[in-house]
Amino acid sequence: MLLRHTSTEVKEREGLTINPAKTCQPIGAMYAALGIHGCLPHSHGSQGCCSYHRSTLTRHYKEPVMAATSSFTEGASVFGGQANLLAAIETIFAVYDPDIIAVHSTCLSETIGDDLQQITRKANDDGKIPEGKHVIFASTPSFIGSHVTGYANMVAGMADQFTVSTGEKKNQINIIAGWMEPSDMREIKRISQELGVKIVLFPDTSDVLDAPMTGKHEFYPKGGTTVEELKSTGDSLSSLALGCISAEPAAIALEKKCKVPFETLDIPIGLSATDRFIMALSKAGSVTVPDTITADRGRLVDVMADMEQYLYGKKVALFGDPDQLIPLTEFLLDLNMKPVHIVSGTPGQRFEKRMHQILETRAPGTNFKNGIGADMFLLHQWMKNEPVDLLIGNTYGKYMARDEDVPFIRFGFPILDRIGHSYFPSVGYSGGLRLLEKILTAILDRQDRDALEEKFELVM
Amino acid sequence: MEANIHFPDPSKVREELIQKYPTKVAKKRSKSIIVNDPDLIPEVQANVRTVPGIITQRGCSYAGCKGVVLGPTRDIVNIVHGPIGCSFYAWLTRRNQTRPETLEDANYIPYCFSTDMQEENVVFGGEKKLKVAIQEAYDLFHPKSIAIFSTCPVGLIGDDVHAASKEMREKFGDCNVFGFSCEGYRGVSQSAGHHIANNGVFKHMVGRNNTPNEGKFKINLLGEYNIGGDAFEIERIFEKVGLTLISSFSGNSTVGQIENAHIADLNVILCHRSINYMGDMMETKYGIPWMKVNFVGADSSAKSLRKIAEYFGDEELKARVEEVIAEEMPRVKAIIEEILPRTTGKTAMLFVGGSRAHHYQDLFTELGMTTVAAGYEFAHRDDYEGRDVLPKIKVDADSKNIEELKVVPDPELYNPRKTEAELAELKEKGLEINGYSGMMKQMTKKSLVVDDLSHYESEKLIEIYKPDIFCAGIKEKYVVQKMGVPLKQLHSYDYGGPYTGFVGATNFYKDIDRMVNNPVWKLIKAPWEKAGNGKSGGIEASYVTQ
Repeated sequence: MLLRHTSTEVKEREGLTINPAKTCQPIGAMYAALGIHGCLPHSHGSQGCCSYHRSTLTRHYKEPVMAATSSFTEGASVFGGQANLLAAIETIFAVYDPDIIAVHSTCLSETIGDDLQQITRKANDDGKIPEGKHVIFASTPSFIGSHVTGYANMVAGMADQFTVSTGEKKNQINIIAGWMEPSDMREIKRISQELGVKIVLFPDTSDVLDAPMTGKHEFYPKGGTTVEELKSTGDSLSSLALGCISAEPAAIALEKKCKVPFETLDIPIGLSATDRFIMALSKAGSVTVPDTITADRGRLVDVMADMEQYLYGKKVALFGDPDQLIPLTEFLLDLNMKPVHIVSGTPGQRFEKRMHQILETRAPGTNFKNGIGADMFLLHQWMKNEPVDLLIGNTYGKYMARDEDVPFIRFGFPILDRIGHSYFPSVGYSGGLRLLEKILTAILDRQDRDALEEKFELVM
Repeated sequence: MEANIHFPDPSKVREELIQKYPTKVAKKRSKSIIVNDPDLIPEVQANVRTVPGIITQRGCSYAGCKGVVLGPTRDIVNIVHGPIGCSFYAWLTRRNQTRPETLEDANYIPYCFSTDMQEENVVFGGEKKLKVAIQEAYDLFHPKSIAIFSTCPVGLIGDDVHAASKEMREKFGDCNVFGFSCEGYRGVSQSAGHHIANNGVFKHMVGRNNTPNEGKFKINLLGEYNIGGDAFEIERIFEKVGLTLISSFSGNSTVGQIENAHIADLNVILCHRSINYMGDMMETKYGIPWMKVNFVGADSSAKSLRKIAEYFGDEELKARVEEVIAEEMPRVKAIIEEILPRTTGKTAMLFVGGSRAHHYQDLFTELGMTTVAAGYEFAHRDDYEGRDVLPKIKVDADSKNIEELKVVPDPELYNPRKTEAELAELKEKGLEINGYSGMMKQMTKKSLVVDDLSHYESEKLIEIYKPDIFCAGIKEKYVVQKMGVPLKQLHSYDYGGPYTGFVGATNFYKDIDRMVNNPVWKLIKAPWEKAGNGKSGGIEASYVTQ
């Protein structure tokens, strides 16, 4: 047993987190910043933060993840990190020549009270930012929220610091991507194109973290939302924020600054969330939904109907990030499955409220918890008390899955031991079909493995 | 030693590497980029602050302390005091394998423990929450030991992890609780954390258990972290030759073994950078000499075994060592001889760690490959130039912040295992007793040595030298491979290994052969790109007809 010390008896803990279902803000900010074209993320803190974030993102994507650090030493921690950040800005523009440096803070620089706005202003005043180049920033203290909060803060920073309203509306819709994979962002763009709606998607990590092998390392890959596109979001007709935790703060920032109205939706994972997304986007863009999309939807519903017998009543435990878990839970209910344990380390009442809404009539007995105390140790204990047929979550779930002998689907962040998430979307109807295929394969493989010889089925 | 391959003019390379830097940066970096001469051993600037913004490979002190040194011991509950990230990122990512003897034995390695510090803890102090966390860990697991690791905010807000640990240790009575002030900003790299970890393990663990061991030839294995099962292979060999392993520091180890380590008669050191302090301190306090060995490489493993036998001076042991080498080598030889024609003459670059960039050169030599450039991520001058340089190293402000323990001989347990005369005689025979001659002595003339390589420098080096393989870590892996050059990870071994000992050497030969000769590197260009995409008239349109 790998997690041999996990007991069945659940006891409230006040000080100790065990096997967290979250990580810290700066990695989210780093990921978001990679979704701007020509941007170098910069971590204002100790070297270890930047190294850990780059390593984790690299393991998840198996792609280059470039980012710089202020390399704090004890001196910087005592006297403030301004000198380090100014030196870093100078070196970065001289050596790596980005269009934008996106600085995020860390627990260290936040604790000592470094003011990123003041330091970047000083960099500008001192002439350290070349003509036409930008330095943006986000405050991302690791002791508040989670990696999802950091993502949201950096995306809000993009909206706040780049957008301008020219007074002339553009016939385009902003789509603010909540934390999703490059494959998902690519799929959102494809769906919008198919609908015939002109969109600006930000951030956009497609063609950044799924770059092709060419024999040359493109330090700034061709993907990412451009500065021009970001600036233009202030003139868009409206914004759709995909994810109430990870995307909405940017939509609010845009509304405040440029009066762009917004609607917050779930990330379109599964049937119902995708339905709402298509409805909202067609309405925002004043277009009718083409038959091709209706057919995509029909294919997903078709498989749901064809294979319903294998899904009905199957108990699922899931953990991860709120903006993914909300639509995923709803999808599981649409599939007639039974989500029984749900855990997210990211705090916030929005999650609790939405979960309550989704579950109260369709699965009232479900255990769910988020924020402090909602860790994978608790989830594992719940699983020991009420066993499940399927576990869905990031790679760390494999230890629980192995110990409890439960089929396991990797979904969320980080996935360190499989590929696919960055190439094949889980949003939209085709993404839903992919998720459904994974769920069915996991369940049917288990049935095949456990079947008595005389009960071993050829056709399923 | 001159290489039999052509090197670009190294002084020109050096200039090219720094020309794009701002003047001050160029001046600083030029002292860390050195053209090697194994006979003269020029000075290398090392263990100094990284230039902010330059894109470094380096991590932090916490990573060196918790991640490297303490992480591999399976029965300590390691609680990270700080915001959640630090513990999360160090959770299982270093591949320290461990093998509890029974299903009932403790193993906390698959777990991640944190106080998940919140804003209110930063504002009002986190000690209270820390003590609650320690109590909860004790109540849930009843471990032999609980170690506390401070992250950046902890030092700044003034939480006293040592006082909290002491209080809880005294409260429990049967659980050794101790803390480490390994905040990420200490020192200039992971290296500071190694030193802090050595101090803590020495103070709080070594010497607590005097149970004698009747085994013959008792040794400790220092600086072996069992990544990919490296320690398992060394354990196998030790058992075969009849050495008694008291404790590893710290791969596949237990609290009990480390507490008993001072009864050994020899410390052998693998990773000099991360553990040399322990060797020195144990020598002073207990009289156990340490000796630098290397179990990376088949020939190096054989050599190291002979050195150990020579140290004990026992004829039977010496004979057994020869028997084991004779038994192990034919399989190794058969494999390398088959591979050699495909690897001979190829070139490698190694930029990693604080010892690995040296040790793995032995394996490349066995593969007939030349190391054209190498450097460490977080080493000191002695790892490059040899320990003779130690008295000449200027201790700067960043190193001064790291505590140097004042160690004196233990009034009861000090017992010099060898007399001064015996040690001198062993050194005479070429044994690196309390010594290490460093990386540069082994590298060819005109090869390049670069400390704390930046991303920019790595891309330039690859452009200029076009090496057949580049060795570094996960952050560099896919960058270098995008350039069409395979990258071997020497922290995580690309999830393979072991690479130590005789079995490990053959694993490495096969992996490198597979990587440098993989057909994928020739498939990067699409056929239409090779044909000029029709532009040069290389393709003519034609219809498929029935």
